[in-house]
Amino acid sequence: MSQFYTSTDHFVLVPAIMLALFGCAILLFDFFLFPEPRQRKWLLAFLVLGLVFTGVGLWRQHRFLAESGLPQITAFQGTLTVDGFALFFNWVFLAVSLVIGLMSYRYLEIEGEHHGEYYGLILLAQCGMYFLATGTDLITLFIGLELMALCFYIMVGFLRTQKRSNEAAMKYLLLGAFSSGLLVYGFSILYGISGSTKLSEISLAVANRDTWDPLVVLALITTSVGLLFKVSAAPFHMWAPDAYEGAPTTVTAFLASGSKAASFAFLVRMFAGPFESTRAVWEPLLIAVAILTLTIGNLAAITQENVKRLLAYSSISHAGYILLGLIAGNETGLKGVAVYILVYVFMTMGAFVVVTALRRAHLIGENIDDLAGLIHRSPGYAIVMLVCLLSLAGIPPTAGFLGKYYIFLSLVQTGHYLLAVIAVLYVAVAVYYYFRIVRAMFVAEAGPSVALASSFGVRVAAALTATLTLGIGIYPEPFLQLAQLPVMR
Amino acid sequence: MNGVPLAWYLTLSVILFSLGAAGFLIRRSLLTMLMCVELMLNAVNLSFVAFAYRLQQVDGHIFAFFVMVIAAAEAAVGLAIVLALFRYRAAVEADEVGMLRL
Repeated sequence: MSQFYTSTDHFVLVPAIMLALFGCAILLFDFFLFPEPRQRKWLLAFLVLGLVFTGVGLWRQHRFLAESGLPQITAFQGTLTVDGFALFFNWVFLAVSLVIGLMSYRYLEIEGEHHGEYYGLILLAQCGMYFLATGTDLITLFIGLELMALCFYIMVGFLRTQKRSNEAAMKYLLLGAFSSGLLVYGFSILYGISGSTKLSEISLAVANRDTWDPLVVLALITTSVGLLFKVSAAPFHMWAPDAYEGAPTTVTAFLASGSKAASFAFLVRMFAGPFESTRAVWEPLLIAVAILTLTIGNLAAITQENVKRLLAYSSISHAGYILLGLIAGNETGLKGVAVYILVYVFMTMGAFVVVTALRRAHLIGENIDDLAGLIHRSPGYAIVMLVCLLSLAGIPPTAGFLGKYYIFLSLVQTGHYLLAVIAVLYVAVAVYYYFRIVRAMFVAEAGPSVALASSFGVRVAAALTATLTLGIGIYPEPFLQLAQLPVMR
Repeated sequence: MNGVPLAWYLTLSVILFSLGAAGFLIRRSLLTMLMCVELMLNAVNLSFVAFAYRLQQVDGHIFAFFVMVIAAAEAAVGLAIVLALFRYRAAVEADEVGMLRL
C-alpha cells in the first residue's frame, strides 16, 4: 500500500498550492479585508507576495535538481514530474504573471473594473499553467488546460460593460470548448490504446503499434488539432485576432504570452513524448501547418490598422516559427523552441505594455495613428516599443534574433533547407509591418499631446521587458543555460 | 466479456461526436452551439467508459467524471457570457453578434 501524500508529493505541489491559495485569498480579501477603493494596491501586493512564495517553491525544486543531479522528481505515482522542462516553463510563467500584474493596476483603474477578481484569476490561470508544464498524465494535463482556459474566458470578457469584450469572450469560449472536445476525444483513444493515462506508458504503447495504425493516426490528428487551436496555428487561428482585439489589453498580453507559452509546453510534451514514434505521420502535417501559419500570420498583419490586431497576427506567425523548431526536432531545435518562447513572451509583453499605456480615459488608443509622434510625447515608451518591435522582427542585437537564429540553425542541421528559406523570407515581410508602427512613432506628425497613462507598475513592467529583450540579445549566456534545461533529459 | 461488443460503443461514440461537431459548425444559435459542445464531451465520456469497462480499469471512469466537471464549468461560464451579451442586444444568434465571424 503506497502512501497517499508523501513529502516528495508536497515538495512538487508547493508552487501550485501557493498559487491556488493566494488566488483564492485575494478573492476573499477583496471582499472582506480591502473593500475600499484606495486599499486596492494591497491586492496587487498580495499578488506579488503570492508570486514570491511560488518562486521560493520553484527555487527549492531548482536547487534540489541541481544538487542531487537527478534528472527529475516524480510525484503522485508519476502524475506530476518536475524536470528541467517543467522548471523552465514555470520560471517563464512566473515572470509573465509578475509583469502582467504590474501593468494591469493602472489599466483597471481607467476601465473602472474590479481588481480582486482579476488578480485572483491571474494566479489561478498560472496554477493551470503549472500543471500544464508539470503534468505527465492525461487527466492532470486536461484539468490544467481547462483551469487555465476557463480563467482566460472570464478575463477576456472582463470588461462587462463593453460589447466588444463580451463578444470576444464568447468567440474564444466557443472555439476553445470545441478544441477541448477534439483534444479529449484524442485522449480517450490514447487511453484505449494503452490502458493508462500516464504519458510514459502511452509512449510505449504507441511505439509498439504500427506507425500508420488507424487508431493511432486518429488519436494523433484529433489531439494535434486541439493543441494547434490552443497555440493559434493556422488554419485553427481564427479565434485569435478577434479575441486579442476585444479583450482588455493587459489580458491580450497575458493571452499572447502566458497562454501561448503554456500551450506550447503542452504541445511539446505530447509531440516529443507519446507521439515521438509517429514522427513520420505528423512531420509533413506540421510542416504544412507551419507554412500556412507563417503565411497567414505575416500577410494578414500587413493590412491591420489596429495595433492589438496586428500583434495578434504577429503572434500567430511567431507560433509558426516555434513549430519549425519542433519540426527540426534535434537538440538545437528543442533548445531553439525554449529560447524562442523565453524571448517571445518578453518582447510581446513589452509591446503590449506600451499599448496599455496608450489607453486613457476617453481614448482607446489602439490604432497605429494613436502612436503618431510618440517619440516627442514620451520618448521612454517609444524606445521600449522600438526595442520590442526590432526584437519581434528578429533584428540583432535584440533577443528576437537569437530565437530565430537557433530555429534556423536547427532547420539547416536537419536538412529542411526549403523551410529555412521560406522562414527567412517571411522575416522580410515582418520587418515591413513592424516598421509601419516604428514610422508612425518616429516620423509621423505628433497627434494631440495627451500624457500617457504611466504609473510605477507600468514603468517597471516596461523597463523589465525592454531590458530583458535587449539583455538576452546582448548577453545571452545565462539565458541560454536556462533554455538548456528542457533539453536535458 | 459478454453483452454489447466494444466496437459498437465506439461507433456510437464516433457518431455522437460527429453529430456534435457538425452541429457546432452548422448551427448558428449560441445556445445550440454550446449544447453541441456538450454532446461532443459526452461522446468522449462514452468512449472512456467503454474502454475502461473493456480494460476492467477504473482510470477511464475517473476521467469521465473529470470531463463532466469540466463540461459543467464550461457551461456555467459560457451561459454567463451569453447572458452578458444578451443584456446589450437580444442576440443569441451567432450572426447577429457582429464580431463573431465563424
